[in-house]
Amino acid sequence: MTDAPPPAVQESPATSPVNRLGKEAGKAENRLFFWTCRAAIWVSVAVLLVLLISVTKNAVGWLDWQFLSNFDSARSPAKAGMLSGILGTGWVIILTILFAVPVGVGAAIYLEEYAADNWLNRFIRLNLSNLAGVPSIVYGILGLTVFVRMFGAFGPQGWIAQWTGWVFEGFFWSEHFQTYLIPLPFGRVVISGALTLSLLVLPVIIIASQEALRAIPSSLRHASLALGATKWQTIRFQILPAAVPGIMTGIILAVSRAIGETAPLVMLGAMTFVYFAPGNLDSVSDVMQHPEGLIKAPFDTFTVMPIQIFNWVRQSKEEFKYVAAAGIVVLLAILLLLNGLAILIRNRYSKHMRW
Amino acid sequence: MPNTASSFSGLVKRPANNGETTKETRRSKIESRSLCFYYGDSQALFDISMVIPERSVTALIGPSGCGKSTFLRTLNRMNDIIEGTRHSGEILLEDQNIYAPEVDVVALRKQVGMVFQKSTPFPKSIFDNVAYGPRIGGLRDREKTAHIVETSLQRAALWKEVQNRLHDSAMALSGGQQQRLCIARALATDPEVLLMDEPASALDPASTARIEDLIFELKEKYTIVIVTHNMQQAARVSDFTAFFLKGVMIEIGDTEQIFTNPKEKQTQDYITGRFG
Amino acid sequence: MFSESVFSLTGGKAFFQEVSVWEFFGSTKWSPQFADQHFGVLPLLCGTILVAAIAALTGMPLGILGAIYLSEYATPRIRSTVKPFLEVLAGIPTVVYGYFALEFITPYLIRPFFQGLLGFDVDGFNALSAGLVVGIMIVPMVCSLSEDALRAVPRSLREAGYALGSTKYDVCVRIVVPAATSGIVASFLLAISRAIGETMAVVIAAGQSPVMTLNPLKSIQTMTAFMVNISLGDTPAGSIEYKSLYAVGLTLFFMTLAMNVLSQWWMSRFREVYQ
Repeated sequence: MTDAPPPAVQESPATSPVNRLGKEAGKAENRLFFWTCRAAIWVSVAVLLVLLISVTKNAVGWLDWQFLSNFDSARSPAKAGMLSGILGTGWVIILTILFAVPVGVGAAIYLEEYAADNWLNRFIRLNLSNLAGVPSIVYGILGLTVFVRMFGAFGPQGWIAQWTGWVFEGFFWSEHFQTYLIPLPFGRVVISGALTLSLLVLPVIIIASQEALRAIPSSLRHASLALGATKWQTIRFQILPAAVPGIMTGIILAVSRAIGETAPLVMLGAMTFVYFAPGNLDSVSDVMQHPEGLIKAPFDTFTVMPIQIFNWVRQSKEEFKYVAAAGIVVLLAILLLLNGLAILIRNRYSKHMRW
Repeated sequence: MPNTASSFSGLVKRPANNGETTKETRRSKIESRSLCFYYGDSQALFDISMVIPERSVTALIGPSGCGKSTFLRTLNRMNDIIEGTRHSGEILLEDQNIYAPEVDVVALRKQVGMVFQKSTPFPKSIFDNVAYGPRIGGLRDREKTAHIVETSLQRAALWKEVQNRLHDSAMALSGGQQQRLCIARALATDPEVLLMDEPASALDPASTARIEDLIFELKEKYTIVIVTHNMQQAARVSDFTAFFLKGVMIEIGDTEQIFTNPKEKQTQDYITGRFG
Repeated sequence: MFSESVFSLTGGKAFFQEVSVWEFFGSTKWSPQFADQHFGVLPLLCGTILVAAIAALTGMPLGILGAIYLSEYATPRIRSTVKPFLEVLAGIPTVVYGYFALEFITPYLIRPFFQGLLGFDVDGFNALSAGLVVGIMIVPMVCSLSEDALRAVPRSLREAGYALGSTKYDVCVRIVVPAATSGIVASFLLAISRAIGETMAVVIAAGQSPVMTLNPLKSIQTMTAFMVNISLGDTPAGSIEYKSLYAVGLTLFFMTLAMNVLSQWWMSRFREVYQ
């Protein structure tokens, strides 16, 4: 219901300049800027594709079942295999998860649910992101000092021996291997690597778990407490299950990072050229026959996939270039699987969780 | 209709401009012709046809959600920024349909300025805020820029308060000052029309009064369209008033007539506070 | 971290007892493993900074321009397609990047251009390839953090810009980016910190010669590369060369810590208040 136009008006005489609102020139900078920004993204994507393609191209013909099941060979590129790296990575990562996950998730629960808001906790929270930003090689030095050499405490020259005269060298002497199953100091072994990597990924796990816990609305907590549950029961039966997808994603990301880490393990002295598996356990039959190898394995010297790749890259023989490429493909495939798993979990559980 | 809007008779009557009465013929500045506007599938404006005369203040009133802000934003094509909107009908600025394909919307917005409900100073200095409009139009001359900034701030009645601290951050100003800064910023592009979307609703009464004084001064030079939900403000400040309800323009007329002697029952109901 | 500094100090103090701080930070020769031992860390520092600078020059523009594209111009569909690529880019281990630099960038990109076309001498190991590759490594980080900063700029500021007759370019470059400056700078600082600490790619691609040069086409050694080198070799554990490892490590730690703390402080101090 509109009214007639109000107070009598006249149409304006044709004094307005023609095309006053016409299009301006000078839109060039608009388009140029847009295309520059777009190009930036395209370049990044293109680089990724070029990288993947060039590596795969080099790996073709060198990646086969033999490659996956052979040990390394210094002389013959054709015979070089990745088995010691794969098994080594496996052991290191399993142990890393065993150490880092309980500690990391526990710390996150403590910080989010229990910790008072005093200066110490604020300090810790502030420094978590600082810790996440420390270069991995520095973690390597830390691991070297603390785990590999244990501050020079043990052994015949250690200061324990010097001060007390007692020489600690290890636990559980094994006849089969002719060495202590658990040496002190740990030395350049799997468990030192695992503990070091645990420290490395701990901030990642803690931060991711914190985020997962924070995303849970307090209404859930209040409802549980109102029904008479204790705080711990609330956490165990309500909060943790709800936070599991977020925590799992964080763990998988941490593991992806750990698998690709080279520098700290090099610092620890993971060997570059290793032609045996930790604990000499090449296959399932070995495990059956010599189960004490399972205890020795964490305390055995080792190598991991990225270090093997690093080693091959440094070789002077031309063909090792292709071996390295094959190794890279294996490594990337595993990482891709893990990340795909993370995305899958994230998607699947975000459908379940509807607050 | 009986004089039901007696609450407004006690308002301070502002002297009409230079002896002109509100019934003096003014040229049309903006004309809307059968404008319908849609957000996606839902229609927000139904067949709006009205004329906004030049150098006057036209107020758009109505309950919340009635489409007055939507209509305001069609006048400078700010709705173009939102995805999925479409319209039918025309909006003429003097002679030109602003929705014609050859119209440069950037130039349009320099002609038709807008001030928002919540003041939005850029996190820059006061000077840079006001100079923004001229600068993106290509002005490089420092003296001219300084002159424009000073003039705009004077017109917005802010110059005296900030003339010694032009390079301080605009975020340090008070709410009322920030809003006047936004007005100065809009004036710096030398528009012909100024659109104001509830410019004083976020301010305290003293700042509100200053803004209303300002609007009264500005209408000598600019055509002003103001959206307000405060009827007293509309009555104080505007020459013409249009009442919107659910996307339809119910009535438009002289402010005095609308508030003392509305023609439509719905207008009267709204003004007397029966709803909205 | 503090225990590590304490013990590095013990190891490092022993180091600093034998080598004066002046020589460490002042001398320009680094040859701990030669008969003629010198412990001036400047060549390593120079190498680190050279690589980090190249990385910054590559990665930061790509990252920020990409962030602007994703935040201001891209449709949600494009954004969801591109983001996985960036995540993959971020997840690739550094040895792979090192391999890429050595086997691809140097022979197919740098050599043809600088040596073939321009006639400069390009070493097989050079700082440029390492810098380029580290630059690519930091792009996802810069892009993601900058994008967060850009998206935090409230819509009302953009609207006010449009209402004054701005083009999209004006709004982006003159309003949104300046308003997001603190977040963008913070992301730059973090990226530089990462570039400084980057190890394996540099070890593979940049070389092992601690020379003080600004020529990116030459082979250099960064602090991290030196540390890896010592570990790989058979330097005896208690020797002065070995202890130099700790001294360099400590220096590196403080450099990155300083950048990280600076980045946090910057964020907290200059975070814009969009009132």
